[in-house]
Amino acid sequence: MRLRTRRDTPGGTPGGRLPAVLLAGILLAVAACGQGGAGTGRAASQSEGGGTLTIWTDDKRAPALKAAADRFSKETGVTVRIQTVPGETRQVDFVTASQGGKAPDLVMGAHDWIGNLVRNGAIDPITMTEDQKAAFNALALKGVTFDGQIYGIPFALENVVLFRNTDLAPDAPESFEDLVAAGKRLKSEGKVSEVLAFPVGQNGDAYYGYPLYTAGGGYLFGQADDGDYDPGDLGLARPEAAEAMENFARYGEKGEGVLKRSIGTDNVASVFTGGKSAFLVGGPWFISEIQKAGIDYDISPVPGFGDTRAKPFVGVQALFVASKGPSKVLAQEFATNYFAQPDVALAFYRADPRPPALIAAFDQAKTTDEDLPKLLSAGEGGDIMPAIPAMNAVWDPWGKAIAAVVGGADPAGTTQSAAETIQSAIE
Amino acid sequence: MSDTTEISEERASHEPGHRRPRFGLSGGDGTVTTGRLVIRITVLGVAAALALWAAFPLVDQGNWIGLGILVAVTALLFYIYLSPRAIPAKYLIPGTLFLIAFQVVPVIYTVTTAFTNFGDGHRGTKQEAITAIQDASVRQVPGSTVYVLSIATTGDPASGDLVFLLTDPGTDAFFAGTAGGLRELPAGAVQADPAGKIQQAQGYTILTIGQAAARSPEIAAFKVPTQAGALYSQGLSRAFEGAPQQTYEAGCDCIRDAVSGRTWTADESDGSFVDQQGQRLAQGWKVNVGLRNFTDVVTDQEIRSSFLKMLLWNFVFAGGTVLITFALGLVVAITLNRPGMRGQRVYRSLIILPYAMPAVVMLLVWRDMFNTEFGLINRMTGLEVNWFGTPPTAQIAVLLVQLWLGYNYMFLVCTGALQSIPADLTEAASIDGARPLYAFRTVTFPLLLIALAPLLISSFAFNFNNFAGIYLVSGGGPFPPDNPNAGATDILITYTYRLAFGGAGAQYGFAAAVSVFIFVIVATVSIIGFRRTRSLEEIN
Repeated sequence: MRLRTRRDTPGGTPGGRLPAVLLAGILLAVAACGQGGAGTGRAASQSEGGGTLTIWTDDKRAPALKAAADRFSKETGVTVRIQTVPGETRQVDFVTASQGGKAPDLVMGAHDWIGNLVRNGAIDPITMTEDQKAAFNALALKGVTFDGQIYGIPFALENVVLFRNTDLAPDAPESFEDLVAAGKRLKSEGKVSEVLAFPVGQNGDAYYGYPLYTAGGGYLFGQADDGDYDPGDLGLARPEAAEAMENFARYGEKGEGVLKRSIGTDNVASVFTGGKSAFLVGGPWFISEIQKAGIDYDISPVPGFGDTRAKPFVGVQALFVASKGPSKVLAQEFATNYFAQPDVALAFYRADPRPPALIAAFDQAKTTDEDLPKLLSAGEGGDIMPAIPAMNAVWDPWGKAIAAVVGGADPAGTTQSAAETIQSAIE
Repeated sequence: MSDTTEISEERASHEPGHRRPRFGLSGGDGTVTTGRLVIRITVLGVAAALALWAAFPLVDQGNWIGLGILVAVTALLFYIYLSPRAIPAKYLIPGTLFLIAFQVVPVIYTVTTAFTNFGDGHRGTKQEAITAIQDASVRQVPGSTVYVLSIATTGDPASGDLVFLLTDPGTDAFFAGTAGGLRELPAGAVQADPAGKIQQAQGYTILTIGQAAARSPEIAAFKVPTQAGALYSQGLSRAFEGAPQQTYEAGCDCIRDAVSGRTWTADESDGSFVDQQGQRLAQGWKVNVGLRNFTDVVTDQEIRSSFLKMLLWNFVFAGGTVLITFALGLVVAITLNRPGMRGQRVYRSLIILPYAMPAVVMLLVWRDMFNTEFGLINRMTGLEVNWFGTPPTAQIAVLLVQLWLGYNYMFLVCTGALQSIPADLTEAASIDGARPLYAFRTVTFPLLLIALAPLLISSFAFNFNNFAGIYLVSGGGPFPPDNPNAGATDILITYTYRLAFGGAGAQYGFAAAVSVFIFVIVATVSIIGFRRTRSLEEIN
């Protein structure tokens, strides 16, 4: 039921959430009516001795996973079954399947699923040696750490950056003000029709709004010393949140006209690739579309206001070991010894270019892809997207608050209402 | 098995003096045609095969109630189709079974779910929650060694006692770990590969990966007790020393944290472990909560404040959609129903064509067409309306989308109904001097309504819960800045979806309770509607 799973829904359509709910309903019914089926087949295949390992992934990464799976099969004699499950429904399906006794052994997903998966007893912590830990990007490892335990093998990072059309804007803006000035100049020259392509949408989008919010001095959840987010400390309820939200009004439809609700996740990329704007706030999932349009682009961090820093959400893609999978020991073996390998990480990178979490793989990939270090450095100052279940209650009301403020509503009152809605939902 | 043969069969069996039919595959009169016999054997064979297929997992899980139901249903099927009696049942039973499977069972399931706290964090049993809490709290003992592991047994690979053969990568010392504890092995009795993994050891059989895979659940649960905790396997080639930080204690029915000393006591009414400050552990279990979900719906301040407004719009949306689609569909149907019209078929096909496209895609396309700056509608008309920005325009927009999506269906059924009305009725009316409009109003339209009223009612019921029609187009918006939960185009189902799944996790129990309320509303409206239809027929 998690609302954001960025890398799988680059369009970020609200439609992504509907099938999730329909499927949840169907699965519920199925789980209720026919609690059986898989049990016999599984027991039979195990007694043959070879063993089976089932992995859930998405269709883009399935071919990349196949290489690692084949090696595992060859070396161990275990049959690996790779099943593709759409990203929008995978988390819910996985939890439902775990409860129904039909869990796969491993599942690939976003780190922000962890809170909900742990709560439902669906995944197990993974113990790594210090050497193994040292092989990963520290931020990626932090992403998969929840409640002091590592819950997944990270393989890629993702975060929002600023793309610019280098034909129109050769220099990266130092600040958001610079960006707006450059965009307005281009607009007055008639070279573009939009100052900035920034996804707001009719009902808002908190994921993309977060960098501007943090640049304005706001925070989302307070952090404990160990880096865990505290659902009891909601930054939106603080006075500085209203102040930070004022930026959405200043640059909104009634203000500078830089942010507008008519641009959302569905059309933001086409505004940029169509040459209507020189700047785009988006993630690495837009790169292939930009390249296809033949636009010369460069990547820089989303700029803050003045000398403040805009912190994007950092998401981590990871492989999780199911608690209730039939071959947990094999799953752990595969995850720690076969999956966390540079060649596997590189295969994933080639399937879907995001900075690999394994340092060795990243170092190798960056020799041919100069976007990677830029993507990574734009995320380095970012915040790990909260994995606590309370985050699920934030997306929708906060997104709407952002849309309302962009449309001209009072920032203080709107933020206050959103905070109250979120707080009552968390309790 | 056609109607007529069965009826004649029935008649035959009641003819006086006729030989009593025997029980079996033959027909009621004791004879049987080959074709009928083949069909019977095939259908019953398929039923038996399905039953057998379904029985194995049930036996596997020890689900005896399920098995009982399965056997009873199968026996019933065989009895009905082999017995020459029970003729009406032969026709009723397939439909009834499907009705039970696809309508009654889900309804019962929804209603029973409404009385539980089923949802994220409350899915399984208490035991599952305890296991999850303990497993998640197993932490590596600080500074402890991570061993290189080989899994072995003291005998037969499939049934012998499990042993962890371990190598300390720092000292290259070898150990055998059993359920009794850790014991050092003499270096001479062991052969290890360069990585330190033991390949052979005297008195032990090393398991191959396939053999280990077969015993995966056992290995995952196997622990070698140590002073600080126990050695746990991590896959098949490593073992670490860990200890659960949180453990369940049956005496106090609570979870105790070994480090902080905090305790969380089980609260059976809530399905959670709760500490003194009222803080819950994330992993809970499913319990019966009685009417709590229902009272939550009724007493929720947020629901109460926006319910009436939402209900009103819900009626306007569902009723309005039916009305406008029916009106347009009827007008088009009458226009195209003119006898001798040229290109009639082409027009009809063109109108029905959109009906063949997936509605979900069309909804998204329409949403984009309503975009203020980039949408087709504003660009074509030269308007600058922010369609989803203000309540009335958003409401008009979603209705327009429904009109486009729905009028072709209405056109289809109206065309059918129009063609079934005998032409002599309207002819008679016109001979009596009625003008066409008057004849339509007094003769054609009432007749149409009799045929179409049930369809209109079901269309209303569908649109009352037309989740996609709202959610994909306007998302329920626009939302007032002071209430991100209740938008101007929200209908009850989109609103409750947000309440039930938009919080810190899915609350299926609560969602089920709300859907029971919605069911009551829709059922009431439908019953009233059908009553009215009956009175319509009486007039006729």
